[in-house]
Amino acid sequence: MTTIDEREPIVSAGAATSEGGQELLSRSEVSQKALMREAGAVLRMSESAAAALEQVQGDVGEDQSMIINMGPQHPSTHGVLRLMLELQGETVLRCKPIIGYLHTGMEKTGESLTFLQGGTNVTRMDYLSPLNNELVFSMATEKLLGIDDDIPERAQWMRMLLSELNRMSSHLLFMATNGMDLGAVSMMLYGWREREEVLRFFQKVTGLRMNHNFIRPGGLAADLPVGWRDDVLRLLDMLPERLAEYEVLMTGQPIWRERLQGVGVITQSEAIALAATGPILRSTGLAFDLRRDMPYLKYREVDFDVVVGTHGDAYDRYAIRLNEIRESMKIVRQVLERMPSGDYRIQNKKVTPPPRGRIDESMEALIHHFKIFTEGFKVPEGEVYVAIESPRGEIGCYIASDGSSTPYRMHVRAPSFVNVQCLPHMMRGGLVADAVAVISSIDPVLGEVDR
Amino acid sequence: MPVALEMPGVVTHESTGQTVLFVEPSAYLGAITALYGAGFTMCADLTAVDYLAHPSRTLPAGVVAQRFEMVVNLLSLSARERVRVRVQVADGESVASLFDVHPSTEAMEREVFDMFGIRFEGHPDLTRILMPEDWDGHPLRKDYAQGRIPVQFKGTAS
Repeated sequence: MTTIDEREPIVSAGAATSEGGQELLSRSEVSQKALMREAGAVLRMSESAAAALEQVQGDVGEDQSMIINMGPQHPSTHGVLRLMLELQGETVLRCKPIIGYLHTGMEKTGESLTFLQGGTNVTRMDYLSPLNNELVFSMATEKLLGIDDDIPERAQWMRMLLSELNRMSSHLLFMATNGMDLGAVSMMLYGWREREEVLRFFQKVTGLRMNHNFIRPGGLAADLPVGWRDDVLRLLDMLPERLAEYEVLMTGQPIWRERLQGVGVITQSEAIALAATGPILRSTGLAFDLRRDMPYLKYREVDFDVVVGTHGDAYDRYAIRLNEIRESMKIVRQVLERMPSGDYRIQNKKVTPPPRGRIDESMEALIHHFKIFTEGFKVPEGEVYVAIESPRGEIGCYIASDGSSTPYRMHVRAPSFVNVQCLPHMMRGGLVADAVAVISSIDPVLGEVDR
Repeated sequence: MPVALEMPGVVTHESTGQTVLFVEPSAYLGAITALYGAGFTMCADLTAVDYLAHPSRTLPAGVVAQRFEMVVNLLSLSARERVRVRVQVADGESVASLFDVHPSTEAMEREVFDMFGIRFEGHPDLTRILMPEDWDGHPLRKDYAQGRIPVQFKGTAS
């Protein structure tokens, strides 16, 4: 029987495996090189800037700092993100995000679902922009099948419509959560209210508010319902006024500006080195948007602006998202004008089930339908990486196929997973009260971080 | 315009219209550094595939298949181009970490280590990232069971 004295200290007891624990180590256990790494010396900072940081670091004794946990259960962590913060007074010295609390092995699950079922899996990763997840998965599958050039015009424009509306709903939710995180609690209600209007349209089109599985390899699950045009127009007429209200409530307010301007600054070279994409990369002044720079669907044919910031701070990221809602509305308006008639899915017997009417008449159609939904279709051997612009940045899908009807390996490059790496860098030297503003400005979706 | 990298141990190939470079593990870090110099400054994605259950996959001549394959997606922001680097890694072998060239790979390499058990030489903090630290095994390996919920009824096939 062991007495208390004989037990090993908790720190090393937690590390049951050889690789050790995931926690932020206390200052005395970390080498100077590791401290420098966290200070950003490897992020191609100039030597003098790194040296200046080292002096600040060196001044702090172990007894002057303390390590605290923020999350995983904390309303401002947008789910179950756990941050370990080393604080000196109110200043954040170091920060380490610890993730995995929502890990459900979705990439492993994806290996046992057919390409037709796969959509139900990926749509649950970034649950705030499910249609973009389905889109990238479908596009990767289509590329492997070699049918990516044959997708009907109408299907492509419909995908664009849904993808842009989804960007709007996701950014509207960001407005709500960002407002709440910073104390503008009424903004929480307004953001959800407007998002709900978009979701109501999704419910009418797909049958579900979220996790639609509507965009499928080969096209979409169904055509747009009667009256969809009026619904979208109503949405487009309502939103500008509401966005103007947001501007009054937040953009111009001195308190709002004080809380966000100069908080969570990241430079362009750092953002590139950390592979940050989406609004975070654009807030540093780099106009890089996959919709414009590596166009997919019909983005080449529509007119829209890529919104960029200048300071790379939380305020820029807020302003970018607000204005991206307006740009998305611009795209949606053009989609409304140009929506062609025609098929909403490819007429390829291999991937498209026969229409309902044919099943009643023909035994072959019934068998065909049954085969597609039970066995799925076989996808030629190969591997492919497709990336599109989700509201949070570059979402990529890597599929390796061995020629069967399920992916041999399905990997999703989740923008939030990569963007969360920016947190230690953005928080360094800031106040603990600003930590909430910084997390919020990254806009992570933990379902996607952990997959 | 496909990227051609004239280096020993690098085979340029094309897969579904995308440029793929097959790189020997020994030339891996050098190739990534050379690509960095050629404008591929962002490492968008790093992942791996366990080809245990699919050993007969098609590979270009001169590339010896191994159990694992590392897949690195690089992005050139100025040229708006992508290139995919594939590295064959034998079971139990370790790979050089890209951390010094692309700091963004910190979390990605941790994920690959967590899911596949591939070790990265020179990674600053190679710990599990998604699974608990006392977890046994590496879930995305093909010999790792998927797990199931026990069926409550008799006579059903598992």
